[in-house]
Amino acid sequence: MKIRAQIGMVLNLDKCIGCHTCSVTCKNVWTSREGMEYAWFNNVETKPGIGYPRNWENQDTWNGGWKLSGGKLKPKMGGKLRLLSKIFANPDLPQIDEYYEPFTYDYEHLQKAPASRTTPTARMRSAITGQRMEKPDWGPNWEEILGGEFSKRSKDSNFEAIEKEIYGQFEHTFMMYLPRLCEHCLNPTCVAACPSGAIYKREEDGIVLIDQDKCRGWRMCVSGCPYKKIYFNWQSGKSEKCTFCYPRIEAGDPTVCSETCVGRIRYLGVMLYDADRIGEAASATDEEDLYQAQLDIFLDPNDPAIIAQARKDGVPDSWISAAQQSPVYKMAMDWKVAFPLHPEYRTLPMVWYIPPLSPIQGAAEKGQLESNGVIPDVSKLRIPVRYLANLLTAGKEAPVVEALQRMIAMRAYMRARTVDGVNATEILEQVGLDEATLDDMYRIMALASYEDRYVIPTNHREYAGKTPFDNEIAFEQRSACGFSFGNGCSDGATKTSLFGGPTHKNTLSGKPRVVKE
Amino acid sequence: MANYINQFFFGIYPYIAITVFFVGSLLRYDRDQYTWKASSSQLLSKKDMRLGSNLFHIGIIMLFFGHLMGLLTPHWAYHFVLTAGQKQMMAMTAGGIFGITCLIGMILLIRRRMLDARIKATSQPTDLPILLILFVQLVLGLLTIPASAQHPDGNSMLALASWAQHLVTFQGDAASYVAGEALIFKAHLVLGLTIFLVFPFTRLVHVWSVPVQYLVRSGYQIVRKRG
Repeated sequence: MKIRAQIGMVLNLDKCIGCHTCSVTCKNVWTSREGMEYAWFNNVETKPGIGYPRNWENQDTWNGGWKLSGGKLKPKMGGKLRLLSKIFANPDLPQIDEYYEPFTYDYEHLQKAPASRTTPTARMRSAITGQRMEKPDWGPNWEEILGGEFSKRSKDSNFEAIEKEIYGQFEHTFMMYLPRLCEHCLNPTCVAACPSGAIYKREEDGIVLIDQDKCRGWRMCVSGCPYKKIYFNWQSGKSEKCTFCYPRIEAGDPTVCSETCVGRIRYLGVMLYDADRIGEAASATDEEDLYQAQLDIFLDPNDPAIIAQARKDGVPDSWISAAQQSPVYKMAMDWKVAFPLHPEYRTLPMVWYIPPLSPIQGAAEKGQLESNGVIPDVSKLRIPVRYLANLLTAGKEAPVVEALQRMIAMRAYMRARTVDGVNATEILEQVGLDEATLDDMYRIMALASYEDRYVIPTNHREYAGKTPFDNEIAFEQRSACGFSFGNGCSDGATKTSLFGGPTHKNTLSGKPRVVKE
Repeated sequence: MANYINQFFFGIYPYIAITVFFVGSLLRYDRDQYTWKASSSQLLSKKDMRLGSNLFHIGIIMLFFGHLMGLLTPHWAYHFVLTAGQKQMMAMTAGGIFGITCLIGMILLIRRRMLDARIKATSQPTDLPILLILFVQLVLGLLTIPASAQHPDGNSMLALASWAQHLVTFQGDAASYVAGEALIFKAHLVLGLTIFLVFPFTRLVHVWSVPVQYLVRSGYQIVRKRG
């Protein structure tokens, strides 16, 4: 056994209001630069829909994730040789139009337009070519609140094994939001597909990062990632991805997307897992077993044997105690209400989702709720359980049903307690919960105070060097240049670079092609 | 004067070019690794990439190794299996096949780089020039095939190989071997050396980074320890 710690995230989709605050704050911090305008480390999609980039979930098209061939795990793109054979022209790489061509507006025209009968408008220009664009045709939330025809949105892969025609009708339609970011997988295909070895998983917190100096722009990671959460920076020629806001995590702060979530749907916490069993968990023969297989490698942080082994494997005490209070552990392991996104990709993702409840179908026409015992029957929920199962458990419906039942039960119980003044323990018994657990669930999932949502131990000094007064931490890095790219810290002052500088600058300014000074 | 020019281009210029090639690459790798990349533009435009880029790369890699082995393998190492004439024939055939392969790919890539608005807008100043230099070099190389066919005995080939071998072994008399060769060979040599000269300042540096270590890396995953 080799115990490692990872910061995991849970998103409670039941509370997501689709406001895109997470996307916007993330973009403002990380991807408003030239070359990355089209990239959204975090974006919120409306489901059902094909998403961004188009059809990202269709791995028959993009070949992301892993496959089992002869019982062995291999990137779906192919083994090492096959993957390298794609290096000159990668057939699995989406063109930028599958995301959208980045654009800006002729802002200046608004100020300088001559007098006219009509109000001047700021028209679109491509941020790449500077050419006029008439209209955008795709984007990170193109299908916002079921925008577009059902016939197009219904290409959504999660409709597999569902008679989907009925859901195109107005009275049967359903929707949910799905905020997406890098999953910081335990078995990441991007890392596996990188020929340069530039992508790595950090041992101490599991964050997956791309070494910008080592990246050679072979762009295999873009295809390898089944979530399409690695973006090729067309300006720098290097791939970039969600950093899980590691400078904030190291300081014990939540990621920007989590911090700014107005619905308080995001949770961050430590998970301990057995790194020696990653391969085994990702190789479960039946896709439907993958969810359980991933649960099986998570370790109980309250078990004295686990604690002793974790210490031996170098997990600091502060991280072990954080793991004991981890909201992620509670939701994934104790209450079984959170699930991984598309476990069938075999990447063992670490950003998990609590499925959304939805209105009861047919309640309006019958005038009352149909109940299954004392709580409403989840099969009557508007969002088909099979759809959620395709999204979260590789099609296995039972765990999703149980989670939805627990969430409904929590509502019913709390309603009985606070409105009717009744302690309806029969509701809890039906879903296998006791009062103390329910109080904890209610506190963390419904009240969701800041301290309960984010249990992030600060990063340890030991990680950075031998002693706290290690020269490298204490003196050399002090007052240094901080976050920069390439030779950003160089003293060099010449404007022209022998090795080629940027061709674009400030592409969202309305003048995308005014480049060289 | 002719002797001086010959001595400069084939005795001195090669050392200048190769020195800049190595030192320039090293400096760029050390000082500005963020610019060290393949500079793929496939994300912006896929059209013609599958055919163009594959043909170009396969062709040019085979040509590179063909030249490397052809020029630097000493005559004694193969003369008991191949006569010079046979070796020349082999070089002309293989060079012809891969030259045409590369040429087709390159035409597609040049067209793309000159006509596609997105590619044009995002090109580094050296991107098109280096592509054109490679194109001219390839055409010169293909033109040496009919020139070689004039004298199938392989003597010209041996002279060029001696030149290269004397250069890399610092024997000082390398230039004299090519003094009497046809102009087309000389032009091909000088432009070839020029490619080495400009190499560190172009996207060609990605050649150094051929990811062979990927094949020998144990397993797929990489976990970095801190500190």
